[in-house]
Amino acid sequence: MLTPDDARLIDHLHGGFPLVDRPFAAVAEQLGWSEERVIARLQALLDQGVLTRFGPLFQIERAGGQFVLAAIAVPEERFDAVNLIVNSFPEVAHNYRRTHTLNMWFVVAAESPAQATDAIARIEEAVGLPVLAFPKEEEYFVELRLPALTHSGDGHGA
Amino acid sequence: MALDAFDRALIAATQGGLPLVARPYEAVGAMLGVSGERVRERLGQMLDQGLVRRIGAVPNHYRLGYTANGMSVWDVDDARIAELGPRVAELAGVSHCYRRPRHLPGWPYNLFAMLHGTSREAVERQAQDIVALLGEACRGHDILYSTAILKKTGLRLKD
Repeated sequence: MLTPDDARLIDHLHGGFPLVDRPFAAVAEQLGWSEERVIARLQALLDQGVLTRFGPLFQIERAGGQFVLAAIAVPEERFDAVNLIVNSFPEVAHNYRRTHTLNMWFVVAAESPAQATDAIARIEEAVGLPVLAFPKEEEYFVELRLPALTHSGDGHGA
Repeated sequence: MALDAFDRALIAATQGGLPLVARPYEAVGAMLGVSGERVRERLGQMLDQGLVRRIGAVPNHYRLGYTANGMSVWDVDDARIAELGPRVAELAGVSHCYRRPRHLPGWPYNLFAMLHGTSREAVERQAQDIVALLGEACRGHDILYSTAILKKTGLRLKD
């Protein structure tokens, strides 16, 4: 699990990264750390996979783009092969295995609704299975702010 | 709002992440042939416009100890979803909350709310809060737990 220092760094870097010439120095000052330590710990957390990314998160829908949630009921014996095909599409931004007959859930991110529709059609053709599309009709809230835990969960798995 | 050539180049240069150097905006600017100040200025405008949601870290929930991640899905009365959706979104533990289309007959659910906990029991408790809130407006629900992250790259603009 995370050290308290790393948890503090992660909570601090959730958003609002300063738009100044030396932003890591500004973050370091708030944490009472050195600039070098902030950069080194951030690099380590990315290398360890604790963080998947650090930088601007673009909301492409504001520029005419579209994110579409989609799902496929994949026969177990074909799961790995279908996964490889789906993930090979650059339009597929996220993909999760889930506990349901619809066991593969992914997000198609495209620069226009037409491109998203086209990508889903090409995925459907490539895997030879129906792809159900779940475009958002209303967004009530999107904010993924979870406090970084510094103790272990109770281990029931994902 | 359409992206111009500079916007596209800026997104392409930073969608994988900011360089981890003392002057990251200067480094991005050097790649694009502009000053760090120009990069900061445009990112600031994009934040104001909502084109950038935030500049920060994207954690892997599992590695933060949130090992139970459930997509809760609900069959909510269409006449009441506009009123109830925002209230579900405000509950603790709910991150993303959307109205999405049903796919009948197999998929009757029209409200999706992501739940995150340290155990499935914790997620079930969060779901019970939603059950209580929706009351008779809800005709059924399910929770689809994620058991593997198969891909998590975020947006990739094509060249």
